[in-house]
Amino acid sequence: MRLVLAPLALGIAAIALIAAAPPTRRVAVTLPDAEGLLPERYGVSSEAANNNCLACHSAAMITAQPRLSRVQWGETIAKMRNVYGAPIDPADDKAIVDWLVAD
Amino acid sequence: MLTRRALIASALAAPAAAQVASSFDLGFADNGLRPTSRAFPQKGEMILQRASPPLLETPLAVFDAHDFTPNDRFFVRWHYPFPTTIDPARHRLRIGGHITRPLSLALADLARLPRVAIAAVNQCAGNGRGLFAPRVAGAQWANGAMGNALWEGVRLKDVLALAGIKAGAVAVRFGGLDAPLVEAAPDFEKSLPIDHALTDDVLIAWGMNGAPLPLLNGFPLRLVVPGWYSTYWVKMLDSIEVLARPDDRYWMAKAYLQPANPLADIAPGAPAGPRVPVTAMRPRALVTNIASGARLPARPFTPVQGVALGGDHGVAGVELSADGGRHWVPAQLGPDHGRYSFRRFRGGLALPPGRHIILARARNAAGVEQPLAHNWNPSGYNRAGIEPVAVEII
Repeated sequence: MRLVLAPLALGIAAIALIAAAPPTRRVAVTLPDAEGLLPERYGVSSEAANNNCLACHSAAMITAQPRLSRVQWGETIAKMRNVYGAPIDPADDKAIVDWLVAD
Repeated sequence: MLTRRALIASALAAPAAAQVASSFDLGFADNGLRPTSRAFPQKGEMILQRASPPLLETPLAVFDAHDFTPNDRFFVRWHYPFPTTIDPARHRLRIGGHITRPLSLALADLARLPRVAIAAVNQCAGNGRGLFAPRVAGAQWANGAMGNALWEGVRLKDVLALAGIKAGAVAVRFGGLDAPLVEAAPDFEKSLPIDHALTDDVLIAWGMNGAPLPLLNGFPLRLVVPGWYSTYWVKMLDSIEVLARPDDRYWMAKAYLQPANPLADIAPGAPAGPRVPVTAMRPRALVTNIASGARLPARPFTPVQGVALGGDHGVAGVELSADGGRHWVPAQLGPDHGRYSFRRFRGGLALPPGRHIILARARNAAGVEQPLAHNWNPSGYNRAGIEPVAVEII
């Protein structure tokens, strides 16, 4: 990979016809593994959340959230189902929310 | 025999074995601890918000050292999965819709147009969402979902001219190679009003700080919309569609909407009222040399430095206060790389021993100034207020 030109020195004069040619070399990368499964919390099983929530995004999307109410989490599940087409089994909704609020 | 010393040594060694690097406390009211990762391709140490699809945040200290954020520390945000192998020689940019000549352009075709470069801040509409009070759901960024780069490529308007825009065009929609796993999910597409798409400053870029775009930042092409939030800066750009009617698809009509007032501000719990797409950024100043909560030795002047952005106008000034905004002293501005760029600032405050709150506020060339109180909306967009930095002088 080429190193960055010293853009600091280019300054305003850089806003002109100095752009380099487009890239020609193929790029292939490997992404690291995701965070794995959601853990049990205070004895509340994470099985329903693991089965329904991790196909489209990894676990940190959930564990990074602030504390949200049952109503707020219910709205989030509805959005995932209705907007993003997530195949969440309605029979699992209660178990998912039980785990989400066991924080 | 397992000695106490060996037990302690093995306990200390355990994190390294599990490849746990350092962690960052992002300073949220709750749940602000994040690991860092060096495992992402073409990236150095980043704050790991989510591995898949990646959300990687730039540590604030990176901004302290650069006018232009290094490509390997530049933040990353994807809604959907994207290809991890891309051959730029085979990449095509399709242009269709309300035009006279449908086109499929190779990068070599774009290279024949006049080449331009522009310094511009790329900032997520949700930058700082984790600092909202009360908290809101969404990617829990601190203030590192932004960066400044020199973007290199060609003007969008020159590319559109090749296709010949028909009379009556109202918007231009952009799509990239990313695609949802679930077919029912809406493809990520954004659009610009036609008048904005035809301005000189909107680019189709392949270069970033003198190198090709990192794959995670949109290789081989991305849209660059200086002054506007990065949701419009479509990555891995492969389709442009000129529209004769307003874009009514999900990502323009239902998502990335803010309350229809300049600060996107409503009282928590109040009805959202009319909403409009997030567009232009607001002026902001961020202190980068002092982490909030730091204890610093007493000096005649405590140095305060950071980066400012002006939003869609240049940074006109940055001022510092240590008395809640009753008195302000000007900071000195660093090099001017153009109206859309970061502008660094540095100054000093005479702080006696004790606890202080440092405030830094930016003002742009249109006279818009950062408010003392923070704005709030349920989506966590458009954070605009002054970020207080607590210090104890000892």
